[in-house]
Amino acid sequence: MKQGQSALSTSMTGCHTCNQVVRVQPEYHHHTLLCPRCGDRLHPRIHHSLLITWMLVCLAFVFYIPANILPMTRVVGLGQIQEDTIMSGVIYFIQSGSWYIGMVIFIASVFVPMLKLGLLIYLLISVRRKSQWRPRERTRIYRITELIGRWSMVDIYVVTILVALVNLGVIADIDAGPAALYFAAVVILTIFAAKSFDPRLIWDNIEPELEPEQPSRS
Amino acid sequence: MQTTSEQTLQPLIACHECDLLQRQPAATYDSTIVCHRCRAVLYRDIPDSVEHVIALSIAGLILFVVANIFPFLAFEVGNQSTQTTLFTGVRALYVQGIWPLSGLIFFTCILAPSLQLLLMLYIFIPIKFGKLARYTKPAFRTLRHIQNWNMIEVFMIGILVALVKLTKMADIVPGIAMWSFVVLIFVVTGAASSVDGRIVWRQLENSK
Repeated sequence: MKQGQSALSTSMTGCHTCNQVVRVQPEYHHHTLLCPRCGDRLHPRIHHSLLITWMLVCLAFVFYIPANILPMTRVVGLGQIQEDTIMSGVIYFIQSGSWYIGMVIFIASVFVPMLKLGLLIYLLISVRRKSQWRPRERTRIYRITELIGRWSMVDIYVVTILVALVNLGVIADIDAGPAALYFAAVVILTIFAAKSFDPRLIWDNIEPELEPEQPSRS
Repeated sequence: MQTTSEQTLQPLIACHECDLLQRQPAATYDSTIVCHRCRAVLYRDIPDSVEHVIALSIAGLILFVVANIFPFLAFEVGNQSTQTTLFTGVRALYVQGIWPLSGLIFFTCILAPSLQLLLMLYIFIPIKFGKLARYTKPAFRTLRHIQNWNMIEVFMIGILVALVKLTKMADIVPGIAMWSFVVLIFVVTGAASSVDGRIVWRQLENSK
């Protein structure tokens, strides 16, 4: 085994579930391959990774528009109806003094999805342009996109709890608005987008270096 | 026949994030092995991994039952009061006709964490006694794929936000389920990070 080689370049691939290294000839890469040890699907590289990720990212952007325009919650209290979108909810919190809660909602519902989509687009473009720039940092960016997506679910959960709790008929009632559905779709789409992006593509463009082959301990 | 030194060395491992082929270092104790090139975590050597997984999963299962039976929050306005459990939240959304949302919450806060705990017990209790459960392979695959969808820690933040939002409208009384939920988050995370798949595959190869 030469040093600094990828599994792909030696007609091998590692199973993501059980770490078994399996020999796979390049002509079989687009077939359904199962790991001989654990039976999970093998992906020498995720098939059409860039295309699928682009599609999911674009779809997430489309759904993000109604998620922000339409109301997230509808509060009926004493004959009054108040509808709140994501942003008006944030502004309400900041104005009523609990600005830290406003910040939590803003970060989870606006900042995180936008950051995640932005980072994914950057990664997609950098791979397409065969960028050589700091692959280790770009892999770290990929890890961030994988990690932060789930936190966008906060607002969906808040709406659920409000709907479940406040159901007092005449006095007050809270319903979930149509934006909740669109927003949930955005979160799910971005989670799948991060999953379909294959970080190994970042490294396929990097010239192999002569490095010791032992992994390091920490 | 003489084997080359390359083959008798430690087995190969391919990094799942950068695909670098490298040799696994000799057995270590309580350390994290990271990829030489991209620094992704390849695996962890955890002392008493199986015992940790079993103990934490059992504790998690008990906490999970408590968190689902007892009310989360009680909401009081005047003499009216409503209580909610995790499941009534799911049902309230379903009744309103927003079933995709109610399904999503059921999946991420009830199904995924409970399945995760049960699968860990199903796989590792037999291993503790030197055996192997019949469906270990599919169970392990399901475990790996489902644990990303367990979002109870995010749900917890959601509860805190809802609490602040409602304190202006009514009296909110946090229930016993809330506290078991907080502990559950740490217990499930601890159990999941103690799982060492290599023990399963070693057992599988021994039992052939």
